[in-house]
Amino acid sequence: MSRNLILGALLSSLVVLAALVSFFWTPYDHTAINVPAKLQSPNGTNWLGTDQIGRDIFSMIMVGARTSIAVAFVAVGIGIGFGIPLGLWAAANKGGWTDEIIMRGNDLIFAFPSLVIAILITAIFGAGAVNAIIAIGIFNIPVFARVTRGGALSLWEREFILAARVAGKGRARISIEHILPNIANLLIVQVTIQFSLGILAEAALSYVGLGAQPPTPSWGRMLADAQTLVSIAPHMALVPGCAIIITVLGLNLMGDGLRDWLDPRLRLART
Amino acid sequence: MLRYTLKRLISLIISLAVTSLVIFFVIEIAPGDPASLMLGVNAQPDTLAALRAELGLDVPKWQRYLNWVGGMLVGDFGTSYQYRTPVAEMIGNRLWVSLPLALYALALSTLIAFPAGIFAAARRGGPGDVAIMSATQLGVAIPNFWFAMMLVLIFAINLRWFSAGGFAGWDNGFFAAMKSLTLPAIALAMPQAAILARVMRSALLDVLSEDYMRTARAKGLSARRALWRHGLRNAMIPVLTILGLQFSFLLAGGIIIEQVFFLPGLGRLIFQSISARDLIVVESVTMLLVFAVIVVNFAVDLAYAAVDPRLRQRS
Repeated sequence: MSRNLILGALLSSLVVLAALVSFFWTPYDHTAINVPAKLQSPNGTNWLGTDQIGRDIFSMIMVGARTSIAVAFVAVGIGIGFGIPLGLWAAANKGGWTDEIIMRGNDLIFAFPSLVIAILITAIFGAGAVNAIIAIGIFNIPVFARVTRGGALSLWEREFILAARVAGKGRARISIEHILPNIANLLIVQVTIQFSLGILAEAALSYVGLGAQPPTPSWGRMLADAQTLVSIAPHMALVPGCAIIITVLGLNLMGDGLRDWLDPRLRLART
Repeated sequence: MLRYTLKRLISLIISLAVTSLVIFFVIEIAPGDPASLMLGVNAQPDTLAALRAELGLDVPKWQRYLNWVGGMLVGDFGTSYQYRTPVAEMIGNRLWVSLPLALYALALSTLIAFPAGIFAAARRGGPGDVAIMSATQLGVAIPNFWFAMMLVLIFAINLRWFSAGGFAGWDNGFFAAMKSLTLPAIALAMPQAAILARVMRSALLDVLSEDYMRTARAKGLSARRALWRHGLRNAMIPVLTILGLQFSFLLAGGIIIEQVFFLPGLGRLIFQSISARDLIVVESVTMLLVFAVIVVNFAVDLAYAAVDPRLRQRS
């Protein structure tokens, strides 16, 4: 296993652990306001300091991890749930009109500036975590459809697929029983990449006020709160920023590491 | 080549038509009537009806769609519900901020990424390569709006080299205007430069293992000359695609950065228009951004086909 994979997995599990622990324990109540203790730098009582109304930043970061992970998780789920079947279908019916429609639809969604559309969706249908998930999720669909189709197309040419067809299996069954397990590697790597992009997108949407709404803490909104106070309380911007960077870096490293580890050719090339 | 161009042109037109339909109807199903929003809850029904007629809201949806698309074709983007000024004019003014910002960021990104990617590829596996690749990992992971805040903290608040936000305007001279775009451009360019450097490196590494590179070396070219003469030119194809994609991304991606720096660009226009239910502005700006992406992709595809005859024949 590569260093990337181990480091990435460690960083990612750290964030997941923080999110899980926050269900049972946080140093303080993340909503508890304590105005006399506002804007404190990191210290013994508040490990990562306090914000402009005296809330404990460490507790908010822990609960905020939940929001980030949940949004990215469901958004990736939407991409997988719609994108993989579409990609499998398109590959199984290569060159047919359904393939053409699916792929042109993909191109179209790709051409949309995702952030603009995400902002549009959340602004029109109301700001909130659910709409943020949908907005991010829609753009995951063509990504998974394309990766799935690309991986599946080359497999359809192979002998073992031919054997399965000769054995009388239908296209849908072949797709699920033979194609899907063979492109799982590709998809796992894509999941980590999309997950990290989802974390970044959620942060950007919350930053402009279109993500999860108060009192649910989110890293992006913590940054928005910090913006006007960055000169007197830089920790308010540094801490959530580092949380985002650690999460995204961890996922990306894990993706890179997984790709090398799961690809036998690359593994052989290294040894 | 002509056949290929025509084929791509038809698909370009279809894409634009479908896009305009999607944008129009997504925005039209949004709750909230612009006329009643403008006049407030106490508006008289007849004033409301008069305003709706003035804004062209009283005709059926499909006719409004045709009016909108037809107008755009001749450069008429309609009239803003909120300001009663032509949308084309508003967009034009904002483009003078967003477009230079995108170009500035693209230039910075290229200036950083090309040398970094070439250096890393030439010293594959060495400490320089490892250092650059680690830096790009970090670059991709940093949210650009957070990076923007850090730039403001360091260069505007502490060092006082730049202002923390706002746009000086082109009337105050080229340098004053460019100076106020510098921090935003750096913030926008950073993650793009990281991606571009990685693409440059891997494209070069792919090329370096090609037979013609061995031939070039066998002919007696030094490793450096072979890289510059033969490697770079062939590695440019994937790099150019990413560059094309990045330009459109930078144009649209400026939205958040414009918020951080209070720049009067397209991004802020979209935000203001969304909150004021100024649908016609939102529709037109979104359409313009998508149009830019689709046209840039089209141009990149054509440039590709012009450079590489194999691509023409394949399709």
